Amino acid sequence: MQGLKNLVLGVIAALGTSATWAGYSWSFPQPVTPIAHETLHVHNLFMVIALTLFFGVLALMLYSFYTHRKSRGAMAADFTGPKSRKQWLWVLSPFAFLLILDYGVFGIPAFHAVKMYEDTKNDAELVVKVTGSQWLWQYEFPSEGVRFSSRLTTPREQIENLAPKGENYLLEVDNPLVLPVGKKIRFITTSNDVIHSWWVPAFGVKRDAVPGFLREFWAKVDTVGTYRGQCSELCGKEHGFMPVVVNVVSEAEFKTWLDSKKAGVVAVAAKTSP
Amino acid sequence: MAHDLAHDLPHDAAHDAHYPGGLMRWIQTTNHKDIGLMYLIFAFVMLLTGGAMILGVRAELFKPGLQLMQPEFFNQLITLHGLIMVFGFAMPAATGLANYMLPLILGAPDMALPRLNNWGFWILPPAAIMLTLPFFLGIMGVGPGAVDTGWTMYAPLSVQSGWGMDFAIFAVHMLGVSSILGSINVIVTILNMRAPGMTLFKMPLFAHGFLVTAILLITIMPVLAGGVTMVLMDRHFDTHFFTAAGGGDPVLWQHIFWFMGHPEVYVLLLPICGVVPHVLSAFARKPVYGYKAQVYGMWGIGALSVVVWAHHMFTSGMSVGGQLYFMYSTMLISLPLAVLFFCWIATIWRGSLSFETPMLFAVGFVILFGWGGLTGLVLADAAADPQYHNAYFLVAHFHYALYPTTVMGAMAGVYYWLPKWTGHMLDERLGKLHFWVVMIGFNLTFIPQFLVGLAGMPRRIPDYPVMFSEWNMLSTIGAFILGASHLLFIYNVVKCARGGGVKAEAKSWEGAQGLEWTVPSPAPYHTFDVQPTIK
Repeated sequence: MQGLKNLVLGVIAALGTSATWAGYSWSFPQPVTPIAHETLHVHNLFMVIALTLFFGVLALMLYSFYTHRKSRGAMAADFTGPKSRKQWLWVLSPFAFLLILDYGVFGIPAFHAVKMYEDTKNDAELVVKVTGSQWLWQYEFPSEGVRFSSRLTTPREQIENLAPKGENYLLEVDNPLVLPVGKKIRFITTSNDVIHSWWVPAFGVKRDAVPGFLREFWAKVDTVGTYRGQCSELCGKEHGFMPVVVNVVSEAEFKTWLDSKKAGVVAVAAKTSP
Repeated sequence: MAHDLAHDLPHDAAHDAHYPGGLMRWIQTTNHKDIGLMYLIFAFVMLLTGGAMILGVRAELFKPGLQLMQPEFFNQLITLHGLIMVFGFAMPAATGLANYMLPLILGAPDMALPRLNNWGFWILPPAAIMLTLPFFLGIMGVGPGAVDTGWTMYAPLSVQSGWGMDFAIFAVHMLGVSSILGSINVIVTILNMRAPGMTLFKMPLFAHGFLVTAILLITIMPVLAGGVTMVLMDRHFDTHFFTAAGGGDPVLWQHIFWFMGHPEVYVLLLPICGVVPHVLSAFARKPVYGYKAQVYGMWGIGALSVVVWAHHMFTSGMSVGGQLYFMYSTMLISLPLAVLFFCWIATIWRGSLSFETPMLFAVGFVILFGWGGLTGLVLADAAADPQYHNAYFLVAHFHYALYPTTVMGAMAGVYYWLPKWTGHMLDERLGKLHFWVVMIGFNLTFIPQFLVGLAGMPRRIPDYPVMFSEWNMLSTIGAFILGASHLLFIYNVVKCARGGGVKAEAKSWEGAQGLEWTVPSPAPYHTFDVQPTIK
């Protein structure tokens, strides 16, 4: 259809005005936990199926728009439903396909994924309590007696456009959460005031922090690195300014960091190698 | 019926267009066309208001950093945008279409309850003022500004928010009363005022769409009214429905809200599912395909819509059983929706097609809403959902679901029946231009939002990390194109209403079917003094 052509042209024209394509991302960030891998897999499968269905049906419609056009002398048929057994089979087959798609292709993996997502207790090696607060995150390792808060460090001048924006603009904090690599961590979320939501896209997990209640999820990060995310439940005026930063480090580094925290050292030791 | 009413009126209103002049005509009117028109104009004013607000938001999001506004103001804009579009634009627009067209389509002289109809409309303007007054006062430096909790008004944020929230609560009450009154009228009219011989299964799909909608509204609006009243009690009278410290639960609010909020999506969709088959069938010059299947499909959607609400709450924390139930029941909705899609496409198939403006909008609706529906499938997956939820992917998904229905679908209807309302054909060239500007603007706004959502941008943030800049810039450009398209719509409709185009015949479109095309264009003030008989 002309519409799609125009649409594509419009998008391309608009894209042409931007200097580079480098800034555009097309999918999830690189997954680093089992859940994130699973979600990316489902997402890719879904995109293939949904785009095929969409463009398949669109092609069918475009064919009809072109062939069954009055200006090409098309005469209207007058059927209003299936009549013969064969027609009924044709009509019902898309719905059978849809049911298989819903409850088979997506439904069965989704069942296992939900079970996996909620399997927070088995083999968990460490518990981290995450408390949302207007507008910062508090982290606690209950078994270690370590507790600290983590708030945005981006200077106000950058937000108000008085200074150039840094690389991790709005995604930098004073005390990042530090976690050991390759260990299953059980997170418990709660909140001091309103509902917040803890999200790190690379982990594929998001869970609300509900005041007065405990919620849980887990993550087992398989790659060392720094991962960033943001609060994703509207929690008041600074909602856009309470990022999540997680440093995932080796077991040894984690121990050092934990000991330094226990000793009451406020400075972040995560990035310094032992 | 018309004659019975005439006894109560001080003048012989049954046959001629007797009404007071000036403003009093509109305040006193009990005529379905006057009231329908007022609903439509009100809805369009709200569309422009809510649209202007979101353009403010998009302008702020054009690049990272806080340029134009502070976060407090930003939050008011996104909240009012949502509330105004759902309660101020989409629902009144549908009620307006129902008011104007139901009697014409059913062969009735007027709506069944004309005075209630008047009341139902005149509650709306005060409600809109109630909702937005704190916003304008806030701009003038009085008070804390409007409600700023997002249209979902999640407790306890809504318990903590300033007195703009109280205004919003009362506005929601009034809007709820208005839509319940409108719904009662629609149901009573459809069940009692059909032309002799028009059985429920001979009734045009338009009426079926509105019947399901009206029943849904009567089911859900009281729930929302109860919910916001509980918020009001929590705010001022020390109850603790939504605070854990007093034995309440913040998530209870989400259940109440989405018990209303999810069927609400179908409240916005189903009227359009009633409108679109009329348009498709007219411009395919071919009878509607699968009439009964569509009727059952709409009832199926209506029934399922009230049992799937918690799929909006997968990240709130829920038992495995709860997640599985809400996931699988949500997937089931794809079935009746697919029935509708199948019937729409089969209606076009092997027709004799022409693409006048209403047809373009109807087809555009089918295509874009198709993508909106498909993306809902992956959001239903309870384990994958957290990655999409409250990110821009979700925002793009529901705009693909709602804009093509509430705006493009309604415009398909307006353009289709405009000759019947004004007595003139619209300017096709302008209409087509309007359509293509909408297509470009809409897709350019929301395709980037899908992608920036996948990259990890949460919704409802006034400022964002620099890696999201490019997509946001494109989205803002698209939003302004889309916003401008509505000015074309106004121009086109006003031009048509002032008699700009060719004079319309009684049957304004070659393939148009139905009772409304048997009366002259413009339709007389009182349409059917004697009801037509359907064989």
